[in-house]
Amino acid sequence: MELDELYREAILDHARHPRNFGDLEGCDRSAAAKNVSCGDAVRLSLRISRENRIEEIRFCGSGCAISTASASLLTLAVRGKSVEEALQLVESVQRLLTGASAPQDKLSGDLAALAGVRRFPQRVSCAMLSWHALEDALRTGETNSA
Amino acid sequence: MRPAEELRTDFPALSQTAHGHPLAYLDNAATTQKPKAVLDTVRSFYEKDCANVHRGLYDLSVRATEAFESSRRRVADFIGAASPEEIVFTRGTTEAINLLAATASRSLLQRGDGVLLTEMEHHANLVPWQMLGSLGIRLSFLPVEDEQGTIDWNRIEEIAKKHRVRLLAFTHVSNSLGKVNPAAEICARARSLGLLTLVDAAQSAGHQRLSVREIGCDFLAFSGHKMCAPTGIGILYGRQELLSSLPPYQTGGEMIAEVRLDQSSWKAPPHRFEAGTPNIGGAIGLRAAIDYLQTVGLDMVEKHTSSLAAYAASGLASIPGIRILGPRDHRAGIVSFVLEGVHAHDLVAFLDQEGLALRAGDHCNQPLLRKFGLAATARASFYLYNLREEVDRLVEAVEKTRRYFAG
Repeated sequence: MELDELYREAILDHARHPRNFGDLEGCDRSAAAKNVSCGDAVRLSLRISRENRIEEIRFCGSGCAISTASASLLTLAVRGKSVEEALQLVESVQRLLTGASAPQDKLSGDLAALAGVRRFPQRVSCAMLSWHALEDALRTGETNSA
Repeated sequence: MRPAEELRTDFPALSQTAHGHPLAYLDNAATTQKPKAVLDTVRSFYEKDCANVHRGLYDLSVRATEAFESSRRRVADFIGAASPEEIVFTRGTTEAINLLAATASRSLLQRGDGVLLTEMEHHANLVPWQMLGSLGIRLSFLPVEDEQGTIDWNRIEEIAKKHRVRLLAFTHVSNSLGKVNPAAEICARARSLGLLTLVDAAQSAGHQRLSVREIGCDFLAFSGHKMCAPTGIGILYGRQELLSSLPPYQTGGEMIAEVRLDQSSWKAPPHRFEAGTPNIGGAIGLRAAIDYLQTVGLDMVEKHTSSLAAYAASGLASIPGIRILGPRDHRAGIVSFVLEGVHAHDLVAFLDQEGLALRAGDHCNQPLLRKFGLAATARASFYLYNLREEVDRLVEAVEKTRRYFAG
């Protein structure tokens, strides 16, 4: 079935058992994103180290399997990355999902499972929801500890 | 009624396949497909009779004007209006309600007056009224008491007195629950309290017989595209003396009596509310849609769609983890449901792969879904051309999706 390409095993696994789900107490930054067309909502909370690295990140919200899995994968992918590296990753994910980069420019690790979304343009906004929130948190998110 | 298998052949769009399966179009509450008779009529208008209306003295314009105004007469007849002057052409239900809200706020409604709605209104019968808040016009709501769509209409009197309600605006058929509200009883009650009434007939027009005389409403709105007509055409019905008391909505050509540089005067309704070149082709398509539906028989359409919905609700109920919204009996052709552990968007993506076209989302009913603790539901909505076999495919595909996600 065509949809197996979209709902790969890793996606289903992360949708059923989202990692780093919940609110991060004492976070420095947070950002929320909402998909008005479907009501999916996600909120990221992060702790950033003095060296500008993402020390801890959690997400909460409700959404479809694609948006939930994508947010779960995001938390694993950016933990430990510098703010700059994380922003670069947001761009790579966006380019891959929207078809702006070639499909062989694979994302590493479990993130590669998101590549199936590129064949379903109506679901790109689901997959990108948490990445938009991350970008927002990193660029403009409130610095709670400031 | 001709059997649905045969009626389907009148609709060119229904003969296509989707992902290798025959298309089962189950999103009729969003818009319906168009029969060839409507498509041919619209095409023929543009090929043979196209001119602007109400302004040319040449034969072609006379023909276009006659076709346009005869559509108005046909609509008046279709809903039992006293005269064609009671029918204002609009882009659809949304524009009709915006027109009424905007003009009533400058005439029929005073600062401090209330508008009473229900909690099951489509955003189109909620947000235009919210916009009047800045004019001191307040909203109150009849609560929806359960997921079946129960409303205690006895409460109209108490709420109306408390909030100085002047107008009651309610949906005839809920687009997310399939609940049919007893419009005639409600309007009788409202009238006895001196309230004006607006019926949102977007989901009932073209799906059942509709008579403003029997309902006893002051205003009624519907869209053509949910009843076989093209998109971009709909109507606002208003009792003549009420329409006459409303000021213009949009202004410009076509709606004026006399224009001076410093002031103008308006035509009488309905043209007062139809500034600019109207959707002539759309109005003519609407007439053809009414002709088509009356030939099929609206009582039969209603019977067919509500029996499909009942069949779907009972079939879906057998699936573990399913939650079905809407009334247990006397359901219009709409079934909204959620499947435990599977988000509505994932569900309809799987149904799409099986050739089943369903809507998932909040159905422009955010306050109602929020009340039920839901962000989205899947919704199957039926029309005269849908088949029991399509319902069987739906139930089977939902069960298959459940098993897939259960892993």
